[in-house]
Amino acid sequence: MKSVIDWLKKVSKKPLFLPLVSVFLVLVINLVYDAIQGNYVFEFLKFELKEGALYGRIIDILNRGSEAAILAIGMTLVVSSSAGTDISVGSVMSLAGSLCCMLLAGFGVTHVRELGELQMPIFVGVIAGIAVAGLCGLFNGFLVAKMKIQPMVATLIFFTAGRAIGLLLTNNKMVYIHLEQFKVFGGKLWIFPTPTVIAAACILVMAIILKTTSLGMYVQSVGINPKASRIAGINSVAIILLCYVICGLFSGVAGIVATSRIYSADSNNIGLNLELDAILAVALGGNSLGGGRFNLAGSIIGAYTIQAITTTMYALGVAKAQAPVYKAIIVILIVVVQSPAVKAYFAHRKAQKEGGLAVAGRS
Amino acid sequence: MSNEVILSMRGICMTFPGVKALSNVDFTLRSGEIHALMGENGAGKSTLIKCLTGVNDFEKGEIFMGPEMRPIRNHSTLEAQKNGIATVYQEVNLCPNLSVAENLFIGREPLTKFGTINHKAMLNRARELMKKLDIQVDVTQALENYSIALQQMIAIARAVDMESKVLILDEPTSSLDDNEVEKLFKMMRALRDEGIGIIFVTHFLEQVYAVCDRITVLRNGQLVGEYEISDLPRLKLVAAMMGKDFDDLQSIKSKEDEAVSEEVLIDAKGLSHVRKIKPFDLDIHKGEVIGLTGLLGSGRSELARCIYGADKAQTGTLKVKGKETKINAPIDAMRLGMGLLPDDRKAEGIVEDLSVRENIMLAMQSLAGVVKRIPMEKQMEITKKFIDLLDIKTPSTETLVKQLSGGNQQKVIIARWLATNPDFLILDEPTRGIDVGTKTEIQKLVVDLARQGKSVIFISSEIEEMLRTCNRLAVLRDGEKVGELTEDLSQESVMKVIAGGERS
Repeated sequence: MKSVIDWLKKVSKKPLFLPLVSVFLVLVINLVYDAIQGNYVFEFLKFELKEGALYGRIIDILNRGSEAAILAIGMTLVVSSSAGTDISVGSVMSLAGSLCCMLLAGFGVTHVRELGELQMPIFVGVIAGIAVAGLCGLFNGFLVAKMKIQPMVATLIFFTAGRAIGLLLTNNKMVYIHLEQFKVFGGKLWIFPTPTVIAAACILVMAIILKTTSLGMYVQSVGINPKASRIAGINSVAIILLCYVICGLFSGVAGIVATSRIYSADSNNIGLNLELDAILAVALGGNSLGGGRFNLAGSIIGAYTIQAITTTMYALGVAKAQAPVYKAIIVILIVVVQSPAVKAYFAHRKAQKEGGLAVAGRS
Repeated sequence: MSNEVILSMRGICMTFPGVKALSNVDFTLRSGEIHALMGENGAGKSTLIKCLTGVNDFEKGEIFMGPEMRPIRNHSTLEAQKNGIATVYQEVNLCPNLSVAENLFIGREPLTKFGTINHKAMLNRARELMKKLDIQVDVTQALENYSIALQQMIAIARAVDMESKVLILDEPTSSLDDNEVEKLFKMMRALRDEGIGIIFVTHFLEQVYAVCDRITVLRNGQLVGEYEISDLPRLKLVAAMMGKDFDDLQSIKSKEDEAVSEEVLIDAKGLSHVRKIKPFDLDIHKGEVIGLTGLLGSGRSELARCIYGADKAQTGTLKVKGKETKINAPIDAMRLGMGLLPDDRKAEGIVEDLSVRENIMLAMQSLAGVVKRIPMEKQMEITKKFIDLLDIKTPSTETLVKQLSGGNQQKVIIARWLATNPDFLILDEPTRGIDVGTKTEIQKLVVDLARQGKSVIFISSEIEEMLRTCNRLAVLRDGEKVGELTEDLSQESVMKVIAGGERS
């Protein structure tokens, strides 16, 4: 028993402890629900192969949470380096999707049904979409890093303008690409949902970059103390700029995935409110929105936690209109549990307990 | 002087994770005395103060207040204030953009009968208070218009007006010049004569002897003793703090160190930065320690920063090793083999949420570039080497640097630069706010570096310290380099040039 407590004490100090506990809680809610409903208790964890693709609630969460997870990667860097958030990511997603579809279909064309109707190879359109998102990131980064404009104000520009530019590009219409070759990014790859594979690839790329370069240390150093970083030879302008570009590029990737899911450029709805999920994911992951130290794994777990909550809601039969209320309640609980005040309270109790023990031991 | 005890702390114990910060410490303060709390970094001074003011929650022990020995236990600084204990820190905790009067009465503004702030009464009371304490300020002006010294006095005035019985001054003199210190002392003496008990925390030995009545010495979280000032001469105090006899006042420089190579490393001509430093010429030889001296704000930091590119030079030319160079940003200077330890450790030195290892590696890594990450084994090797070499007291290499004491943080930054193996190191106030033992270690290190053929710019407010380490002194006054001293370095000769009059 004692060893279990010791183990718990040790584990609870790890930075990922609380994000993981949140995920665990959501799982437990699912288990309890299934038990009450008289379903197979582990219904939630069950997945099966149907028509050559994986199905199941957990697969669904991993699939649907892909965009938020991809956005969370870039958002983590932006938050860490500039102590601010990029609120334009959702709009930039839609802009990337719109540009991609417009280039593929040609300006003014609303439907593409044959490969021959494409104006250019699909991968060129996709890369152009991601590139324009990167440019948006560069613009945001320039305003924040060089012009010293507050991140939220700087990114507000594309937050409002991104969708409008998208509508301009698509001539105010929905542009459909009815091609399997395009649908694949939001469809399935072998038996896996492609968005999940893309998200995994993005995470892997970022993890490798953080592991093999000193970008992580630079970003954190700039986020914690830009003046000291400069004296130590770090170009904080370049680092912050880079973070916004990376964030933009990932928004582009997420935008292509979201566009491919509905095989159409829907400027008004793609990535709608996703910037908030991405920011929340970073916070749920135990990262301070005040910048500084970051934990990428935490942000990604945070992104999937949000999706898990949403999926659970629907599984529980909560009406779509009411779901945000319950979602808010769960988010409040998770955030409060991770808050400094609660942490301080537990640390205080622990200190008192240990102090008491020490005194008792001496007498 | 009355000898009534107004504050008594008994058997205070406090543990931080892994460290016994205080064990069974007693402290007694009498009314109408200035009581110095002395000890090296990590001795437990700040912890004891924080236990008293409710910032830290101690585990064991009791605190009694007033002649009636009322037991108290503070849980916040607000509660401490209500109990008559006020603290003034080195960094003034007031609002710079509010007026002096507003700052004096913030949170306890005199009200009119309608419940709004009675500005007239507030101004009048503020003027009265300033007059009583002989502080010459316009109470309607914003606080930021006044020097740190005046801001500190205003903070003290606020504390005094709140009928505090105990006033804690935590390193109040660190950023003041001699004149300002003298003014502060005058005020402290006046308050003492009114019966207030003052706890004075400082690193400056001279100041203790100038103003204090009694000294309590801590070492490693334990009480060494309480002494009357007359019973404890300087050397004994140092010995009590260090726990051993100490060569504080001996020279660490030998005669051979005076000889300097002919090779010129840095040759600055007419460098300047608008409003900060007027055009100056300076040449620095290989293996030379050159001191920059002058009053606070005389431009001594600015001169060094101008060479390093921390504030980019706007005019003039700079030759490094005979080659003309242009420095746009610190990284350019670093590539030429320079390093700068800035005077404001917290604002420009440490990256507080990074670990000791990351802080040490920072400069080396930025020289290597973002792509070429220094392998972890190498990082650990270098970090461990410097932890041993500089005797940095840290639980591990991965401890966040903010958890270390001030002196150890300073050593971490020195390690950061030594790791880059620089030819030319600028040390701006490297010994400020750190204990006597570490001070001497750093001074010895500087002389050692020079022996290895490295050049050093050494900046310090303590002339004595400069005399012990430097081959040559450049003197600054009002943003201008006014002279150089090579021979006959003595306290008087330096003072004379600083004070002005003749050029030398």
